[in-house]
Amino acid sequence: MPIHRALTFATLLAATLAAATLTAAPPAAATPGPNVSYFKLSNGLEVVVIPDRRAPVITHMVWYKVGAADEPPGKSGIAHFLEHLMFKGTKKNPAGKFSKAIAALGGHENAFTSVDYTGYFQRTAREHLKMLMEFEADRMTGLVLTDAVVRPELNVVLEEENQRGSSPAAKLAKQMDAALYLNHPYGKPVIGWRHEIEKLTREDALAFYRRFYTPNNAVLVVAGDVTTEEVRKLAQATYGKIKPRAKITPRKRPQEPEQLAPRFIELADPRVAQPSLQRYYLVPSGATAKPGEAEALDVLAHILGGGATSRLHRALVVERSVAVSAGAWYSEAALDATRFSLSGTPKPGVSLRELEQAIDAVIGEVIARGVTADELKRAQNRLIADAVFALDNQATLARWYGVALTTGSSVERVNNWTDRIRAVTAEAVQQAARTWLDKRRSVTGYLVKDTASETDKRS
Amino acid sequence: MRRFFFYVVVTAAAFAAGVMLAPAAHATKIERVISPGGIEAWLVRESSVPLIAMDFAFKGGADQDPADKAGVSHLTTALLDDGAGDLDSAKFQRLLEEYAVELRFSTSRGHLRGSLRVLKERQERGFDLLRLALTAPRFETQELERTRAQVLAGLRRETTNPNQIASRTWWKTAFPGHPYGRPTNGSLDSVPQITVDDIKAYARRVLACDTLKVAVVGDIDAATLGPILDRVFGALPAKAELNPVPPATMQAIGRRIVVDLDVPQAVLALGGVGLARKDPDFMAAFVVNHILGGGSFSSRLYTEVREKRGLAYGVYSYLLPLDRAALVMAGTATNGERAAETLQIIESEMRKLAAEGPTAAELAKAKAFLKGSYPLRFDTSTKIAGQLLEIQIDDLGIDYINKRNAMIDAVTLADAKRVAKRLFSGEFLTTVVGRPKGIVGTEPGG
Repeated sequence: MPIHRALTFATLLAATLAAATLTAAPPAAATPGPNVSYFKLSNGLEVVVIPDRRAPVITHMVWYKVGAADEPPGKSGIAHFLEHLMFKGTKKNPAGKFSKAIAALGGHENAFTSVDYTGYFQRTAREHLKMLMEFEADRMTGLVLTDAVVRPELNVVLEEENQRGSSPAAKLAKQMDAALYLNHPYGKPVIGWRHEIEKLTREDALAFYRRFYTPNNAVLVVAGDVTTEEVRKLAQATYGKIKPRAKITPRKRPQEPEQLAPRFIELADPRVAQPSLQRYYLVPSGATAKPGEAEALDVLAHILGGGATSRLHRALVVERSVAVSAGAWYSEAALDATRFSLSGTPKPGVSLRELEQAIDAVIGEVIARGVTADELKRAQNRLIADAVFALDNQATLARWYGVALTTGSSVERVNNWTDRIRAVTAEAVQQAARTWLDKRRSVTGYLVKDTASETDKRS
Repeated sequence: MRRFFFYVVVTAAAFAAGVMLAPAAHATKIERVISPGGIEAWLVRESSVPLIAMDFAFKGGADQDPADKAGVSHLTTALLDDGAGDLDSAKFQRLLEEYAVELRFSTSRGHLRGSLRVLKERQERGFDLLRLALTAPRFETQELERTRAQVLAGLRRETTNPNQIASRTWWKTAFPGHPYGRPTNGSLDSVPQITVDDIKAYARRVLACDTLKVAVVGDIDAATLGPILDRVFGALPAKAELNPVPPATMQAIGRRIVVDLDVPQAVLALGGVGLARKDPDFMAAFVVNHILGGGSFSSRLYTEVREKRGLAYGVYSYLLPLDRAALVMAGTATNGERAAETLQIIESEMRKLAAEGPTAAELAKAKAFLKGSYPLRFDTSTKIAGQLLEIQIDDLGIDYINKRNAMIDAVTLADAKRVAKRLFSGEFLTTVVGRPKGIVGTEPGG
């Protein structure tokens, strides 16, 4: 999977929601468009309703506009740790009661954390929506934590860090993020740096909770077999009763200075059995880009590295036969400057340096000559079709709107995404490549086998 | 909660005669469509999303690979959309993209599966590309070499991945000499041996009408679908030529194998003898497994391993009823320092469940969960197509969806206790990969 900024905390629904969240796909949306409504409660809670009457089930999500990039210095991982601790009960609903109630209905639940947002969701039969809202509203402000539950959960998070973060590829990705961002907290891993996770406390979690978990910093998304009026009534009766408990100011994170020099990282590990390379560029996100720019980057990523017809695949894998695979991704959904990534796996006998030169040649070609009308049309068709395919899945739609509203986008921008993609011109794609695929704003990472340490171990 | 119904009609040669089994606001109709040429598909008409989802399967997956050429079936699935008929790989891929046709093939031990997703307005193009892929694949040398290189890169990565090592070691040890003992995607030794002729021979033997199962969900009616089935699949041979797969008897029960790898966590993989899908006690086993380690935040393993002790991020158990062997599997990834404690807890939870069975309250909760969560498997066209295909593969009958929750309800505490004993009183084969402190293998690891 290309992107691993977002974390889910268990593996339920892996195939649909959680996996999709991990992929952090660009917030595409729907041409025919689901009939989405949006409103705000008087306490500031934003509400999105996505009707889907095909099956008698609903997806209920609460998103907080807070993520790893909002953590105090030295407390990396607290946003994610708090996400785990949110399952430890409240005064009204002690530990386990919420999860047991969901399990008794055959519901699914989980939660996830990214750099910009933290989300909680349940999926059940439609008639339980009120109960879900009561529980979720209760834990918005009623969390009770004791050391007895906090300590084992910290171990769970440390095991999660081991599980997700200890492969050579994951280690390289962390080093590259840290190098890509010279100043912005997006450079930290969402799960946190291990030495800081180890020191997180109950008090850290509660302080973070009190500061950010409040209705005026949250978005409720309900998708499925419901009407807007039902949701409005139930939301008012549950979430509507919570008083805002913290003043929320715009999220102003330390911004990137002008980047002047390409960075290079080589991570050597004895477990690397197949070398590969990655390149990250610092580029505008949907929230920071000029009009049309993020859309052009979406199209550019697809033309450069979206599958078997892409430039990188054709040139490197098929024609020049220097790579086994190659691809490109753009992570549009972010509050601040984001990442455009390329990756490649060389054929045996081809060095990473040679592969990197071949990738640079492909990029150089796009910058110099642009893309063809045919390529542009195919990419647009494909991206727009993906949005239509997504209409099939209420959980995917719920996720898109949740991501949009917590990363500086809007319901309207999600709804007109396909129009915006359709409006992209070949000139805009070329301009985006020229402006943003600038090596001075990039970090290149090589993943190689550490043969030295293997020899050491034998001696 | 509101009940959830599918009703069934049978449609022969585009003649629809429906029997509605249950009235409900959300009743969904499954039609059995028989094409003029005799190809059967299960259809659910869904017009609110402009998408056609077709899932299909042929019997015979990696279990048909030659003994020294594991990975043939897997390579074949990767090559099916890599050029067909008059279209070379590049042209074929361009058309897929231009018309946004999603065509996927995959293999498992027992089946080759495929899926088509296409926008309704482009369905003709989608069905046509699928027809070409199945009936006129080119399987050219250049494409084979490219795909082989990709597969080998993946296999090299797997050599140092603790989960993959644990799994490969488990299967190799449990089923030596049987197709189940060989990895589905092959090995660094076997994949280089595979030739175009191997691929062609596999495709010729397996892609045939008599084992084909098809499920379709979308805005398409039976009269339209019938001729499409003939067009897409009709040119395939009438009968598959499958090599018989002998029953697989699990070996090495009670053994524990430790593979050394310098990683922070130890990966544990346990497996033992389970129940066949057709076993009258299968539903009871399904419920009992849910109580031990099924997918909710309240299983015994989740509570003991994660919730109380923080030993792991995830811990699970599941039933794996294959055609020729029935298994029950469990596993986790835990801190190497505390691996022995984790393994001991998993084993003692199994023994306890075998000895005492679940409580009446646990049984009731598990049944409620399993019944209540069933509708969540049917909330998208894509998921419905997937479910209809698996029900056909398992030969459970077109009315299974309506009977399934009653079958869960029928599981008694006595059933659950009897089956818990059957599932968990025996020994398991365990593979451990990492540096597990305090776990000693019964033999040197491989």
